[in-house]
Amino acid sequence: MSDSSANPDKIQKRGDSSGAEPAALSSIDHSIRVPVVLFAAAAIAWLLVGSVFGLITSFKLHTAGFLGNWEWLTYGRVRPATTTVFLYGWATNAGFAAGFWIMARLSRNLLQNGTLLNTAAVFWNIGVLVAVAGILLGDLNAREGLEMPGYAAPILLLAFVFIAVWTVLTFCYRRSRHAYVSQWYILAALFWFPAIFGIAMLMTVYAPARGILQSVVGWWYTHNLYALWLTPLGLAAVYYIIPKVLGKPVHSYYLASAGFWSYLFFASWAGMHHLSGGPVPAWIVSTGVTASLLVLFPVFIIGLNHHLAMKGNFAVLRTSPGLRFAYFGAVAFTAVSVVAALTSFRSVKEVLHFTHFTDGQMQWGLYAWFTMAMFGAFYYFLPRVLGREWPSSTLIRVHFWSSASGIVLYVFAMCIGGWIQGSQMNNPEAYPDFVEIVRNTLPWLVMASLGGLILLVGHAAFALHCLWLLLLPKTAEAGASLTSEPESMKLAAK
Amino acid sequence: MNRLLVIVFGILITIAFSWVGFVYSSYLQLGGLEHHEDEMSGDSFPPPRSGIAQRGSLVYREMGCVYCHSQQVRRPGYGADDERGWGDRQSVARDYIGDRTVFPGIRRIGPDLMTIGGRESSREWFHLQLYDPRIHTEGSTMPSYRFLYVRRPVVGEGSPRALDLPEGYRPPEGYEVVPTPRADALVEYLLSLRMDYDLPEVPADD
Repeated sequence: MSDSSANPDKIQKRGDSSGAEPAALSSIDHSIRVPVVLFAAAAIAWLLVGSVFGLITSFKLHTAGFLGNWEWLTYGRVRPATTTVFLYGWATNAGFAAGFWIMARLSRNLLQNGTLLNTAAVFWNIGVLVAVAGILLGDLNAREGLEMPGYAAPILLLAFVFIAVWTVLTFCYRRSRHAYVSQWYILAALFWFPAIFGIAMLMTVYAPARGILQSVVGWWYTHNLYALWLTPLGLAAVYYIIPKVLGKPVHSYYLASAGFWSYLFFASWAGMHHLSGGPVPAWIVSTGVTASLLVLFPVFIIGLNHHLAMKGNFAVLRTSPGLRFAYFGAVAFTAVSVVAALTSFRSVKEVLHFTHFTDGQMQWGLYAWFTMAMFGAFYYFLPRVLGREWPSSTLIRVHFWSSASGIVLYVFAMCIGGWIQGSQMNNPEAYPDFVEIVRNTLPWLVMASLGGLILLVGHAAFALHCLWLLLLPKTAEAGASLTSEPESMKLAAK
Repeated sequence: MNRLLVIVFGILITIAFSWVGFVYSSYLQLGGLEHHEDEMSGDSFPPPRSGIAQRGSLVYREMGCVYCHSQQVRRPGYGADDERGWGDRQSVARDYIGDRTVFPGIRRIGPDLMTIGGRESSREWFHLQLYDPRIHTEGSTMPSYRFLYVRRPVVGEGSPRALDLPEGYRPPEGYEVVPTPRADALVEYLLSLRMDYDLPEVPADD
């Protein structure tokens, strides 16, 4: 196995291909402009909707009666709507945009029959809209992470299959000999999602499994949605952005390969800590705890690979917004995996289970890791796809510092608040009144809302900036500088 | 690792591995659980819910109650569920087999509800709690579910089902507040949440 696979820019003609030359990056970017911009625009629109919904949800936790007179805006509806908007509207659309762009570029392939892909993109978003409307109207499934009604799922699954087939075909007919790490992760994500989504919808909605088995399937799905759909797409983006921006190959191909397979095997087993102490056989939770520890092995390998690539190049973080966001995400990924492993033990879960800590940890994974990595990808690919430079470095700074400080504040508040809440719930002598514990969490929940408000500011800056970029006239020089390869990259490829 | 088939084959193995490991093996263990028949009395446990309580579970689901209330009791000695009076034995898989949708939940922003039907027994209490939780508990952050109740002009003697609301929550003179069928169903469901039977697989605490 050649170690040239460690470099996203090594171009080699496939020996057996029919003489097709690898396409130039600029023409690839041009050919996939419409679907990528479509996914990205939908993602950003959902991000704004999700931020507003999230803020409403967060306010309701500490201000009883806030927007409380409408049934469709009650906490039990807005909360699942927020989750759905965030997971399927923002995160998945963003993952499609980044994943498809990276796949097309690494496969050196022009997009064929783009109309079909664009139609699938529109259908995916119609599906999300139907899901969110259904939830607000009361047809929710009440299963964390899979809240959509049964009639929304087929639209999503059908659209997904189209998008996935297009991406896999782009890989099949690739004009470069080697498959790069990012491509493995994207392929894994594309096969994992429809499998778990189909099984989970079948076993929790269409033909609900018996009793508590629904919860086992539900958590198996929700954990894997994070671990084997979103995380691989985030890793694909980080594995692409770091070497591209730094102009040097991934540190080690063997590390990347070992990390990939061990991650796929262990991560899918690690979600069962959500059932800790619950009405399920003990082996389910024990296996989950063991897997949470084992998953640290690939996580450290992946982190080491990124860190070794970054070593000596930290100054670039200041000049490249794409790298800054992506590296923030990569560090958060390592950190949240360690926290997940440490808190999966039964003795820790005794305190933290059923508390706000869970939400802090979920957002740590979903926002501080995945969303930040996606922002990094957006900052890197949007100018290249559109052939324009970002017009304002101030807006980028506002976005980065809002997102970074907002999420740190939110996660801090929820984790500490949750810890206090859990300790007090387990101490009925000192805190016999449940409502007193609720009252003691309020300052932390207000702090979390403040975090959410700061995030909204950042997202507004980001959306505004993207709109500005879209409306800018195309500049020839910028286009050339963005799609041509820097000298260092060519040297590294040798 | 450059061949599509090798990569895809590997990925499919990881999916199958995880599915067999968690979903299929849990199915083998839990999928065939049956009610426990008591040989002395001939009763079956968990007892089936009434039709109206089953309708109430749909209201429980559409209001998203599960996002703040768990329905699972941890074993005595693990956490403080027993001391808080939420249940004196651990809830087990068999406790859930009668329901089409189960709500074990993962948050206790409010108290656990596995045994709420045994802790509060009056329908009136549940209606007041749903109408406005501040009636019973000052400082509660639970949402009010007033939209499950109708305020209407009193006709004649007034409805016997009108809520007896305390000062400060009463409608204006000449009006009364009565529950909708959804509120009634939800209350019946909440009343049916009890764990007052023993199962052979759970050691009795007392």
